[in-house]
Amino acid sequence: MNKIFLIFGGLLLSTILANGQATISPAKAQSKPVIIKGGTIHVGNGQVINNGYVAFDKGKITAIGEGAAANTAGADVIDATGKQVYPGFICPITTLGLVEIEEGARGTVDDEETGDFNPNVRSIVAYNTDSKVIPTVRSNGILLAQPTPNGGIISGQSSVMQLDAWNWQDAAYKTDIGIHLTWPVARVQGRRRGIPTPGVPQESPAERAQKAIAAIEKLFEEAKAYADIAKPEVDNIRFSAMKGLFNGTKKLFVNAEGAKEIVQAVNFGKKMGMQVVIVGGNESYLVTEVLKDNNVPVILKETQRVPDKEEDDVYLPYKLPKMLQDAGVLYGLTGIGFWRQRNLPFEAGEAVGYGLTKEQAISMITINNAKILGIDKTTGTLEVGKDANLFISKGDALDMISIDVDNAFIQGRNINLDNLHKQLYRKFADKYGVKADL
Amino acid sequence: MKKLLLFGCAMLFALLTRAQQTFPVNGAWDIRPGQYAFINASIVVSADQTITNGVLLVKDRQIEAVGADVKIPKGYVTVDLKGKYIYPGLIDAYTTYGIPEASRQAFAQGGFGRVAVPVSTKPGAYGWNESIKPEMNVKAVFHADASKAEDYKKNGFGAVHTLIHDGIARGTSAVVSLGDERDNFVMINGEAAANYSFSKGTAATNYPSSLMGSIALLRQTYYDAQWYKNQKEEYNISLDEFNRTQAIPQIFEVSDPLSVLRANKIGKEFGKQYIFKTDGQEYRRIDAMKGTGGSFIIPLTFPEAFDVEDPFDARNVSYTQMKDWELAPTNPAVLEKAGIKFAITSYGLTNARDFWTNLRTAIDNGLSEKQALISLTTAPAEMLGVADKVGTLAKGKMANFIITSDNLFKKDNVIYENWIEGHQYVVSRMDVTDLRGNYNFASDALPGVVLKISGTPGTYDVNLERNNADSTRAKGTITRTGDMVSIYFDLKSKPNGNIRLNGYITKTSPLTFNGSGILPDGSEMKWSATYTGPASAERTKPEPAKQPINDGPVVYPFTAYGNTELPKAENVLFKNATVWTSDKDGILKNTDVLIENGKIKAIGKGIAAGSAKIIDATGKHLSPGIVDEHSHIAGSGGINEGTQAVSAEVRIADILNSEDISIYRQLAGGVTTSHILHGSANPIGGQTQLIKHRWGVLPDEMKVEGADGFIKFALGENVKGSNNGAVIGAARFPQTRMGVEEVYIDEFTRAKEYKAARAVKGNNVRRDIELDAIVEILDGKRFITCHSYVQSEINMLMHVADSMGFKINTFTHILEGYKMADKMKAHNIAGSTFSDWWAYKNEVAEAIPYNGKLMHDVGVLTAFNSDDEEMARRLNQEAGKSVAYGHMSEEEALKLVTINPATMLHVEKHIGSIKVGKDADLVLWSADPLSIYAVAEKTYVDGIPYWDLDKDAANQKTMKADEARIIQKMIAAKNKGAVTQRPVGRRPRNNESDEDDEFVSGDGVGQNNSNGK
Repeated sequence: MNKIFLIFGGLLLSTILANGQATISPAKAQSKPVIIKGGTIHVGNGQVINNGYVAFDKGKITAIGEGAAANTAGADVIDATGKQVYPGFICPITTLGLVEIEEGARGTVDDEETGDFNPNVRSIVAYNTDSKVIPTVRSNGILLAQPTPNGGIISGQSSVMQLDAWNWQDAAYKTDIGIHLTWPVARVQGRRRGIPTPGVPQESPAERAQKAIAAIEKLFEEAKAYADIAKPEVDNIRFSAMKGLFNGTKKLFVNAEGAKEIVQAVNFGKKMGMQVVIVGGNESYLVTEVLKDNNVPVILKETQRVPDKEEDDVYLPYKLPKMLQDAGVLYGLTGIGFWRQRNLPFEAGEAVGYGLTKEQAISMITINNAKILGIDKTTGTLEVGKDANLFISKGDALDMISIDVDNAFIQGRNINLDNLHKQLYRKFADKYGVKADL
Repeated sequence: MKKLLLFGCAMLFALLTRAQQTFPVNGAWDIRPGQYAFINASIVVSADQTITNGVLLVKDRQIEAVGADVKIPKGYVTVDLKGKYIYPGLIDAYTTYGIPEASRQAFAQGGFGRVAVPVSTKPGAYGWNESIKPEMNVKAVFHADASKAEDYKKNGFGAVHTLIHDGIARGTSAVVSLGDERDNFVMINGEAAANYSFSKGTAATNYPSSLMGSIALLRQTYYDAQWYKNQKEEYNISLDEFNRTQAIPQIFEVSDPLSVLRANKIGKEFGKQYIFKTDGQEYRRIDAMKGTGGSFIIPLTFPEAFDVEDPFDARNVSYTQMKDWELAPTNPAVLEKAGIKFAITSYGLTNARDFWTNLRTAIDNGLSEKQALISLTTAPAEMLGVADKVGTLAKGKMANFIITSDNLFKKDNVIYENWIEGHQYVVSRMDVTDLRGNYNFASDALPGVVLKISGTPGTYDVNLERNNADSTRAKGTITRTGDMVSIYFDLKSKPNGNIRLNGYITKTSPLTFNGSGILPDGSEMKWSATYTGPASAERTKPEPAKQPINDGPVVYPFTAYGNTELPKAENVLFKNATVWTSDKDGILKNTDVLIENGKIKAIGKGIAAGSAKIIDATGKHLSPGIVDEHSHIAGSGGINEGTQAVSAEVRIADILNSEDISIYRQLAGGVTTSHILHGSANPIGGQTQLIKHRWGVLPDEMKVEGADGFIKFALGENVKGSNNGAVIGAARFPQTRMGVEEVYIDEFTRAKEYKAARAVKGNNVRRDIELDAIVEILDGKRFITCHSYVQSEINMLMHVADSMGFKINTFTHILEGYKMADKMKAHNIAGSTFSDWWAYKNEVAEAIPYNGKLMHDVGVLTAFNSDDEEMARRLNQEAGKSVAYGHMSEEEALKLVTINPATMLHVEKHIGSIKVGKDADLVLWSADPLSIYAVAEKTYVDGIPYWDLDKDAANQKTMKADEARIIQKMIAAKNKGAVTQRPVGRRPRNNESDEDDEFVSGDGVGQNNSNGK
């Protein structure tokens, strides 16, 4: 059965690829300087330069400022008058490139390994640069992503990828940056149909969670001790993978939504001397002091969701970024899933109606995400010396009625913004004789 | 232990006192007269009549006489009950006493027991569905259960109504007495009532898997039973029995008030007045409960307080749970005040001992003692057709009564004896001599001691005091067996250690004990005690002053953001807005809109306000209320009945849930109208319902008046179960797109034949509510909205429709509509799609965000829908995405979620645009409504401001304050020793506490994830 499935899945995939986007090639390395002029430049750190310019060469930003660029000789000049220029948006915590079809095509799903404890598995090697989804996400200004493993208690390691490459090796932007852990939740599993075994006292949800937490703590203590052994007698590749957590080269991304779980995870990180990032953090607004005092950032998962509880403010998820902003907590944002990440700009824009400024919303998905992922030295803002990861939109990119990306650059390479959807649009517009207004 | 043994012996003898005519006797016949005279008691004949100093004569099983001046004939055992009370034996209106436990037959997907089956495999000439078993019969399986009877008897019950708690039609129940006699004797009414519920119980048939399926099945059963009477083709025990049991009382077990209304609707359809056995939440919708005209059987299952000391944990307690904790104990009083007839049952209590505690709690919360007695005697007796036998103390009725120390409802009352059919059962020995009092304790070993006995008979408090220099005070323990007593105590000094005494009553006036004892050192002593006077009052605590009841108000709906009073329609003039008419006037700048009496009265510039309230809308945008063509919110008990390929008989209208917080959240996103659909688990799903988001009203009041009926069809991966796990047993047809076509052809063929047959033979043709819905489609009276994705299946259904002679109104989801737009246009079929969804399964691998634009450009009537409570509340933004993908004009884009879906749903004459005369369903936005930055500041439905940003903030504050108040109360209750429960992370879903267990959405065959996209 499995075999048939696999074969069938494989066939399907290859068929689709054949008529898909074979013509969308990764861009060549930047060969000469580019200057974008006349645009409204959103630096990413809150600063806006009206009628400004950005110049970049050999993949790096060489100049940025107001008015006209000093030296335009030999450069390609792009007139962005009336347009908006942004740092490439960064999408953390995603299955982009790991999943092609969510359901009914298991062969295309590579985000979840079996087992509870997989710190050694690495998402980077499963990242499929030929995914048809990636160009659709790229078209909305998302230029970097963190394909992330799921499942189990420790799901594995993630890397940051740039979204225009021939293969995963070329796509790697920063490799194996962190390990992903899901914090146990004290929650009743829903009503059970079975009758509890007589005489066996039932564990309370809190006790069950506490046991799971204790198990995690023990595991990390062992891993930490292992990290101190210069040459272990028996190599444990799981523990080896965790070494970076204790020497500051890897972060621990902890999935936690509830206030209690967040506090537990933060304390755990502190105790073990690890850099913790909270992923999800639905109730982070209740424990902002704890987060701030321990310098623990939060990656929010979607603003566009419903509140957890009936009693919550109906707009609570929309208001959450502003609450963290006001509390001084470093926060980023992901749109969850893979194809839905093309809505990341709107997920950020959503918070603007509820108190965040537009520039803060931009920071949330540029420099904030970059800082949290540890890539802020090379990207996240438009500043001299950083990679030329940026795009131009005819209108406000956070709003669906104005986003219109017409140029995008990754490390200075002018990338192809075509995608499967645009191709199909053109194909059928042609069939009906209507205009394909891309 | 000894006592028990003795009691057992007594029972053995008693057995012989009754002989049954048809039964042989081993040994000599031992028929006793069974004549008793109870004198000097306060006899509560009924809730309306009490005889002081009365006489009750019992002869054999019956009451012979009751009154103040009754002569006691010779040969009667006389019992003096001076100072005591006699009440009629209580009746528990809802139990499973004496019924063998039914074993669960199967789970929907395997588990243990039998595998789920599409048609009953139960041996015998029964009906097709195992959950319909009117042939079940309590009298055939009942067997008296002495140990279970104990609990009831201790609480004062003499008779119970008992039923088989399993299935949708559960068969007949019986009223039995709690005597320990042969089953032949205890049966009071062998066929008391026919019983129903929405829960399929242990049935192995996989249908129904949803609440709406249960409702449809029961309705179809009524029709089948009617047909069965006049047909000769089929022998069917189930239908036979169903018909036979229609004349007796009909009891429907439901849960919350909405499920009462659901059952009541079935009753009204078939001319039945049900008695409702509920969860005790009538207080939430008392007027509607009164409106059913039914009587009720209610439990005393009041929720325990939660542990709310930890603020984080307290967040896991919902507002509904908090308010329920406070208000549930008022439920009996609320029913009484409303003048509803109701019985009280101990059913559902985890501990039988809680019965009296909770009943007294109900009394503390306003229930009158008189009503309590009625609800435990005459009310259930009348409901169950046994009022001529039990419920009051009258000549000729069964000798069922209880003897109590005091008013039955008083806290310290003791039930001494419970007489059942003239047969004594001792609960707590009725001590002829009350031991309470002060005694001079005389003993050489312990000089100067005073013995004080207080408390209540049965639970005496014993204290010993030595009033000399050391002022010793000690508590003792007394055990009494008849005239014998044993007492032990420890004076702690002189001597130190337990002193153990034995004694017996030697004189009753004054009460005197004599006895011996053992001192701590083992030496013997002698003692006597003589009554000196009543026990001093110092030890009896004064009754705590009644706390004034300070409960919060009921809110509508009974959840967060419910209203204490429903908002009313306002006359409003919106001044100077940007008005998005979604009509031929397009977008009007600086324009006024006047609404009056729920309708749009005028649109223009400089409109006079008259008496209308003026809202300055300068800089703001006014749009029609958003219309969602595809939604699954506000339903209970599952939205898929996917166990059969065709479930046209099920109706969303039957399971609307007006208490769903999603309704409020939709309003906060400017959504005023939603089309609530059956899921997509099967090719022909159920009938849909168009609702307006009138927050706080009853389910029926949410329905859009006069709207055309629609039905959900579905194609592709969901209906063929592609994305489900392994199927146990035979997979449900169809499993391919080939099979899907055949389902339609077969069903429409049958419907045509059915229609033709009905036209000729009328009601002699079995009425089939599934085919009725299909005939309505053929007749152009019901309209199809069909879940669809890929071009092949879209094409297929259009061909089937052409060949079978029906029309498709809408293709919903229709993500490859762009590939078939020309054909859809030619067939005049609308397309209701997602803005940008794709890649979530294989059949959407070529879904594109330009789909809406392409269909629209080709001339297909196009809408965007949500299918999701989250997306629904920002459908305006989804419409905005058609500007991002394909550059649709903003004016046309907003129509995708206003007039276009309204037109698809045939309600464009009333809603969907801002036009004079249309319903005042409006949204005031802070910005361009298509923009990510737009916030819905106010939402009106029929001119009623159901959503208001400022009012919401105020509501939230009020709710938080109410929560805080209840939390204080819970902590106080806990500190006073109340039993509490831990808050659990997962809350019970709204209002379907019982039924949820049965209806796990997506758990039946072919249902996985199929309510989704």
